[in-house]
Amino acid sequence: MPKLKLEDLAEIREKARKATLLREGAARVKMTVHMGTCGIAAGARKIMEAALREVEDRDLHDVIVTTSGCAGLCSREPMATVEVVGEAPVKYVDLTEAKMKAIFAEHVLGGKIVEPCALAIGSERTY
Amino acid sequence: MPHRMHVMVCAGTGCVANRSPEVRDALEREIAKRGLEKEIRVVTTGCNGFCGAGPLMVVQPDGIFYQQVSPKDVPHLVEEHFLKGRPVQKLMYVPPETRTPLPKMMDIPFFSRQMLIALRNRGLIDPEKIEEYIARDGYTALVKALTQMTPLQILEEVKISGLRGRGGAGFPTGTKWESVLKATGEPKYVICNGDEGDPGAFMDRSIVESDPHSVIEGMLIGARAIGARWGVVYIRNEYPLAVQRLMIALQQAREYGLLGDNILDTGFDFDISVSRGAGAFVCGEATALVASVEGRAGEPRARPPRLAEKGLWGKPTCLNNVETWADIPPIINNGGKWYAQIGTEKSKGTKVFSLVGKIKNTGLVEVPMGITLREIIYDIGGGVPGGKKFKAVQTGGPSGGCIPNELIDFPIDFESLTEAGSMMGSGGMVIMDEDTCMVDVARYFLTFTQDESCGKCAPCREGTMLMLSILTRITEGHGTMEDLDALEEVAKVVAETSLCGLGTSAPNPVLTTMRYFRDEYLAHIEAHKCPAHVCRELNTYRIDPAICVERGHGCGVCRRECPEKAIFGEKNQAHRIDASLCSKCGTCVDLCHFNAVVVE
Repeated sequence: MPKLKLEDLAEIREKARKATLLREGAARVKMTVHMGTCGIAAGARKIMEAALREVEDRDLHDVIVTTSGCAGLCSREPMATVEVVGEAPVKYVDLTEAKMKAIFAEHVLGGKIVEPCALAIGSERTY
Repeated sequence: MPHRMHVMVCAGTGCVANRSPEVRDALEREIAKRGLEKEIRVVTTGCNGFCGAGPLMVVQPDGIFYQQVSPKDVPHLVEEHFLKGRPVQKLMYVPPETRTPLPKMMDIPFFSRQMLIALRNRGLIDPEKIEEYIARDGYTALVKALTQMTPLQILEEVKISGLRGRGGAGFPTGTKWESVLKATGEPKYVICNGDEGDPGAFMDRSIVESDPHSVIEGMLIGARAIGARWGVVYIRNEYPLAVQRLMIALQQAREYGLLGDNILDTGFDFDISVSRGAGAFVCGEATALVASVEGRAGEPRARPPRLAEKGLWGKPTCLNNVETWADIPPIINNGGKWYAQIGTEKSKGTKVFSLVGKIKNTGLVEVPMGITLREIIYDIGGGVPGGKKFKAVQTGGPSGGCIPNELIDFPIDFESLTEAGSMMGSGGMVIMDEDTCMVDVARYFLTFTQDESCGKCAPCREGTMLMLSILTRITEGHGTMEDLDALEEVAKVVAETSLCGLGTSAPNPVLTTMRYFRDEYLAHIEAHKCPAHVCRELNTYRIDPAICVERGHGCGVCRRECPEKAIFGEKNQAHRIDASLCSKCGTCVDLCHFNAVVVE
């Protein structure tokens, strides 16, 4: 390991922060892939892998991908929820790897909801 | 590929003792078995603070908190939560009031009421990876101090912050640094005091275990401010995990060129060596510590001269405690004013306390100065277990004092604790309930300080021994009223005339218990009774005949198990204890299922 210079430290920080961003629980965009039994059966694992790959390929430093249980609409799985900080969450249904690519390109990076595969904006009311 | 889940497994000493490494291994095995190793990362972290409920685990990004996880819970946990996204309720924290499991770490009062500065990275990083420290803004304060600030500006920020030494005495850190800076003599040294010797205190150990780089960065900044080339971390060898993580951290910092010559190409040179202490309590005292580092017997010397003028190898030395050093980087990053907003008028910032004794949530907490003891003990600590009544809290370690229930709403800072006859000390808090005898507590702590007194000065050497013998006499029922006066007089002389902090503070437990719990002393002396039934020689044991017959049907367990054969009786009949044979061991009390044995 060569001795660090000032700018090297910043570089290491950026790289390491990308790996540890998940722990802060807060990022610019949080993508939740619904992975209940229904989601997994419908192929959610591939969808999740596609999402993780997008983060990797596009070298995104402010997006976290996580999973949760069934979203309740089992017939439209695989599903994912995209939450951009400061905006209402958007639920996407009937996902494929190609659709996931589009969601990253248009919504995650471009800020524009991919309407053809979006189900609804917002979440159910919880008490 | 990035991960979708980080499982933060606590690997502080407490959780390691509860076998968290086995849980981690089981997790890794199970995750691999299900082919999830690319998606889920298991991270071992330093102490999480909720030590009483280990092994602990936090699942990110959702912050789900699990406690008392055993390897056999792991397959179910991985399948349900990690695979299907259904957090496992039976491993969650359940507050006693509502009995509804709380999934999220930040919903648990123990965590949400805290404010972390010194412990800012606890549970969030792997302490053995410097990159993770850097990811959490590690070493940015050093960069700022080296490139944008002069040593005088660094000093000024620390002064503005109002930071006071976290090791016990509460001396203003900025003032200390300034006197080292102004002192003549080269080279100058910085020392980190990691000789944490108070029974039940583990603040410093936990900081070094969970975030060693924060201490290293603090020392680097301090060295820059006072113009030191070398630093020493004095840490006790009984902290193997802390020593190991510190060594790894130092090595990594050296490899990255954050220690050594020409740090970050700025022309600043600094390196740190480690000196391991053998566990003598007195070596936490600054001058004794320096003597120990130099290879001499760990004995204090008279001050002045202070270490700032004549410290390690006779040169100007800046000695601060682990927690103080760990507080420095955030102060430099956020400015002294930011730190000074937190806390009370004279005690700024936050303080780490270890909560032990009769408390539900045993562990490590960091809270703003000025918080009340009630908030710490009840809101964060969860109160006294077993429905018992709170009696007192001992703050400041073996040489602190006992603070009674009446003063529990006092805001905590350096001044208020001293006023109450105790002290901040390094931050140990021992909670005592109604079953604690305060005379016995004073005797216990005196046993410790008497044992640890180095013997160099007469008041401490002879005085602690004398106080201990009087206290022992009282707990055995042979005390007199004259003893009480003598005890007070000796205590005052020891406090006033001892050479170092060990002696001057050793009488604190005696003086505070006599001040707040005088009635207990009187009960021991005049009535020959120990109100808490702790001092065995003063107890008498008898069996309640009605309970013994009606509930226990004269079961005879006590008779069979009594080591002195002092209990007599037949089945279905009341048993009785022959006081002349009874050795007051208490076995019958422990064994009786019907609580028929009465201690008086």
